[in-house]
Amino acid sequence: MAEAHVEEDQSPDTDRRDFLYIATTAVAGIGAAISLWPFIDQMNPTANVQALATTEVDLSPIETGQTIKVVWQGKPVYVRHRTQEQIKAAQSAPVDDLPDPETDADRVQQDQWLIVVGICTHLGCIPVSDPDNLRGEFGGWFCPCHGSHYDDSGRIRKGPAPDNLAVPPYQFIDDNKILIG
Amino acid sequence: MAHASTYKPRSGFARWLDSRLPIMRLAHDSFVDFPTPKNLNYWWTFGGILSVCLVILIVSGVALSMHYTPHADFAFASVEHIMRDVNYGWLLRYMHANSSSMFFLAVYIHMLRGLYYGSYKEPREVLWILGVMLFILMIASAFLGYVLPWGQMSFWAATVITNLFGVIPFIGDEVLAWLWGGFGVDGPTLNRFYSLHYLLAFLIAGVVVLHIWALHVPGNNNPKGIDVKGPQDTIPFHPYYTVKDGFALGVFLIVLALLIFYAPNILGHPDNYIPADPLTTPEHIVPEWYFLPFYAILRAVPDILFIPAKTAGVIAMLLAIFTLFLLPWLDSSKVRSARYRPLFKQFFWIFVIACVALGWAGSQSPEGMALLVARISTLYYFAFFWVIMPLLGVIETPKSVPDSISKPVLGSGSAAASGTSG
Repeated sequence: MAEAHVEEDQSPDTDRRDFLYIATTAVAGIGAAISLWPFIDQMNPTANVQALATTEVDLSPIETGQTIKVVWQGKPVYVRHRTQEQIKAAQSAPVDDLPDPETDADRVQQDQWLIVVGICTHLGCIPVSDPDNLRGEFGGWFCPCHGSHYDDSGRIRKGPAPDNLAVPPYQFIDDNKILIG
Repeated sequence: MAHASTYKPRSGFARWLDSRLPIMRLAHDSFVDFPTPKNLNYWWTFGGILSVCLVILIVSGVALSMHYTPHADFAFASVEHIMRDVNYGWLLRYMHANSSSMFFLAVYIHMLRGLYYGSYKEPREVLWILGVMLFILMIASAFLGYVLPWGQMSFWAATVITNLFGVIPFIGDEVLAWLWGGFGVDGPTLNRFYSLHYLLAFLIAGVVVLHIWALHVPGNNNPKGIDVKGPQDTIPFHPYYTVKDGFALGVFLIVLALLIFYAPNILGHPDNYIPADPLTTPEHIVPEWYFLPFYAILRAVPDILFIPAKTAGVIAMLLAIFTLFLLPWLDSSKVRSARYRPLFKQFFWIFVIACVALGWAGSQSPEGMALLVARISTLYYFAFFWVIMPLLGVIETPKSVPDSISKPVLGSGSAAASGTSG
């Protein structure tokens, strides 16, 4: 034993031993790190959740001026069939003065269809759009929690919310059908 | 082997922490510069293997619990959901199931090693008792966990095992209803089994800490079964035994990986892929392999005097486990290691054969040859502990035990070996 210690200090074996030590530790460390991945990934959305990641919406029964609420990835999405007046109001808003400047054209694919995620960008409440009174001063949506007003393009116009209502990714499958997500 | 601390804090922060919470000192003195007998063989690596197994079981179990539903209507489907939908869910479940099997394999080897080398003897009785407690907790936890997938085997294992409590005189039926939370194994049973399964994992982890604590007071036993006489008999735990344990762990993990990736269901029972049906019992009910010896004892015992076979079987099975607690006092020999006990060594190997025979008998229908083997092996199992162990200390002449661990190698016991460097 005593001699082995002396040898370790002087002979070139030290290098080989260091190499073996580092190599072994590295292999074990990398192996352990890689085997952690399944434990992390298991918390990601499962296959059955991902299978419901998209929502198909049939637009044909939605009348002009009507708004429907659909569920996409567990969130409410408003699909509004806008009237000519609403389109005009949305397009003529003074973009530069808005808290979150965005043109209406950037927010819709077809003028008559406005599709927005119905979650207030302030603190996550669901803005309402009651045809009679509760749609806010700008005719779009009104968030009852802290009083944010959204216009006919889902843009924030007044109140504490910082951003416009989000536009989800969607595409027209045909003239009367969209696929959200 | 309580030893003087050799921990030297290397930085200002380490000194600061050391004077407030000497956790680094504890780790250093327990797992780095812990004086360990220098003659430990590979049978001593199973403690470390078991620790790693427990970590794998807890980590994979926590992950599984994020996706499992402990409800009679959804449990089976949620396990299939884990297998099909959850990212790496199949891996987590196979890892959990096969690790528990390998946990038992390792613990049986660990216990037999203790038996062979007399590791339970003075001054390590408490260490052994804690180990038996761990074994019982493991049995309970494995049983509870096996019920959770809510397949046919799960359901009928739960039914058969809980019914064992029905033999308790006078209040058996009340105890059963209390255990089940109903008039049979049902949703409430599954719910509480899930809760207790989760609880037991951490109870086991707690007792493991006590087990290691109780190990570190007297220090390791060793293949010669003699006390460490001085520093010349020991080497530091790190790097010598971290490397040895690490190598054994690597081999063990390769076997575990082979099971998980190539034969994940080989140790399971296909009937457990049939959803639980309270109205139909599978044709042949067998427990997991690691319970087979005890299952054989349960079924081997006939009517004894006025005790019916059912009750006698339960008593025998419980006695088979609880006898282990008394082992330190049933063994009358002062010599620890079987190396120096020629008679004990033979009886030990017959005991191992009896255990394997019991395991085989447990997997068969309790009739004919299997029943005979089970009865003979059961008799030997009890005779080994209650007759042979106490007698051997009196009638056996042990071989002469070396004076110290170093002596056979180093002559005087303290002189350095010369001319060898590998």
